[in-house]
Amino acid sequence: MELLGNFFVITLVKTGLVAFILLTTLAYLQWIERKVIAHVQARVGPYRVGPHGLLQPLADVVKLMTKEDLIPDHVNPFFYVLAPFMAVALALTNIAVIPFGPAIEIFGHKTNLGLADINIGVLLILAVSSLGVYGIALGGWASNNKYALMGGLRSSAQMISYELPMTLAIAAPLLLSNSLNLREIVDTQSGYVLGFIPNWNVFTGGQIFGFLLFMIAAFAETNRIPFDLPEAENELVAGFHTEYSSMKFAGFFMAEYANMITVCSVATLLFLGGWHSPVPSEAGSGIVAALIFFGAAAILFFHAMHAARPFDKITFPVFGLIFGALGAVFLAGAFVWPALGAALNGLFWYAAKTLALLFVFIWIRATLPRFRYDQLMRFAWLFMFPAALLNMLITALFVALKG
Amino acid sequence: MDLILFIIFGMFAVASALALIFQTHPVNSALSLIGVMVSLAVLYLLLGAEFIAAAQLVVYAGAIMVLFLFVIMLLNAGEERNPWKAPIMARLAAPVLLWLAGCAVYVILGLPGYKSVSFGAFTGGGPKEIGMAIFTKYLLPFEVTSVLILIAIVGAMVLARKEID
Repeated sequence: MELLGNFFVITLVKTGLVAFILLTTLAYLQWIERKVIAHVQARVGPYRVGPHGLLQPLADVVKLMTKEDLIPDHVNPFFYVLAPFMAVALALTNIAVIPFGPAIEIFGHKTNLGLADINIGVLLILAVSSLGVYGIALGGWASNNKYALMGGLRSSAQMISYELPMTLAIAAPLLLSNSLNLREIVDTQSGYVLGFIPNWNVFTGGQIFGFLLFMIAAFAETNRIPFDLPEAENELVAGFHTEYSSMKFAGFFMAEYANMITVCSVATLLFLGGWHSPVPSEAGSGIVAALIFFGAAAILFFHAMHAARPFDKITFPVFGLIFGALGAVFLAGAFVWPALGAALNGLFWYAAKTLALLFVFIWIRATLPRFRYDQLMRFAWLFMFPAALLNMLITALFVALKG
Repeated sequence: MDLILFIIFGMFAVASALALIFQTHPVNSALSLIGVMVSLAVLYLLLGAEFIAAAQLVVYAGAIMVLFLFVIMLLNAGEERNPWKAPIMARLAAPVLLWLAGCAVYVILGLPGYKSVSFGAFTGGGPKEIGMAIFTKYLLPFEVTSVLILIAIVGAMVLARKEID
């Protein structure tokens, strides 16, 4: 009973923490995206609400919650309401099986950083993300609007087509790791070759093409530019969410961003070694994170001295102090409390890799134009599918020869 | 805990199956079928067949039903009219099906290796165990099935090609 009680309490605390962090990340991802795209296009982006628009996500949430929640006359009300709920629920379910860091010990309780550790984790992610298409398809159909219907149909066709190369690209690292458990897959990628090349699937496993194929398919699966045909605004108004307003509209957006976080996490875990540091511990991997934070703090303090705008004299030092404090915590983890250091470093590298991939998603949205629909389908079936199949066959041959 | 989940999802499966038959709109029926498949996946999971549960979700709920829904939406199928005005064979179908199901249950209960299942008793449901079983003990049925599926794919391509010309 003691054991069971502990398990429930720890799981509840972890679920609450993960849900809070995830939803905050979802809101701020929107801010990051707007800022990055703005700077790519030589604009400033959100700037008015809070310093550098940092409170913009909060304002957006308030705006979306207080807007009129309209259900048009001509829709199928049950499915119209169900669709965004399904999209959000399925998108958030996937996070439950993703491990964020190594197993740690808090106050004598051993626990994993991550919610559920199941031995078919990869399969479950594939299953739940393949169900995710229903939210979009149903929303498009229930809206009873030809643009929305076209968006829903395009999205179903696109997601079915790109699921195949994505699954095949995932199969190659699974062959290398001989497991479907995400935690075990990450553990097989620990260590370094020749003392400095990390033993990640993308390097020593030779999965660089597999990684690229997975990322391309992930763009299509999450309906992002250059594959955002389901919501192509110059052809379909807004695609499947044309008729949606208020929180139901926000639901589709939350689902899209949650799916982005999921695919970036899966790419990190399968190809980029999860929470393992790119720097060997002999070369001081424990203090790399602290150095990065101290560097960021130093840059901020430097800019605060030459502040161009009056409020920069306050905001830059405050954020510099926050980064400096984080660096100090990491330094304490490296030298004073090794258990804390291991957990923090794991989380840091996992978050760094996932955020880097999310940045690539945003960067590409700011860079590439949209595909035409026939190009999209031709690309999936005539290039992606054979390439992913070839990649898997070569990997299988390599694994078989290695014994 | 297992029993409660079994009762909940068993009832959900039966309710969805009934809804599938009694709904008149094709989209409602298709979604009820998805409900049946998802609750069946949970029942497989409860019985310890985790790989089958995931495969059920990926293949049936995730791929086949999406295509069903896609076709229904594309053709924009409307409500069925007079759903109860079925030919005599359709009315005979239910009793015949019940009789066949009864026969199947009777035969299975009489098999020599039969014993009733209990939650957590079966442990051979992981991907490794399923793979070993398929590629050693049941290799011939597996290969025959894959040839059958290949023939079906070729047949589908031939039929679709005729349509285009």
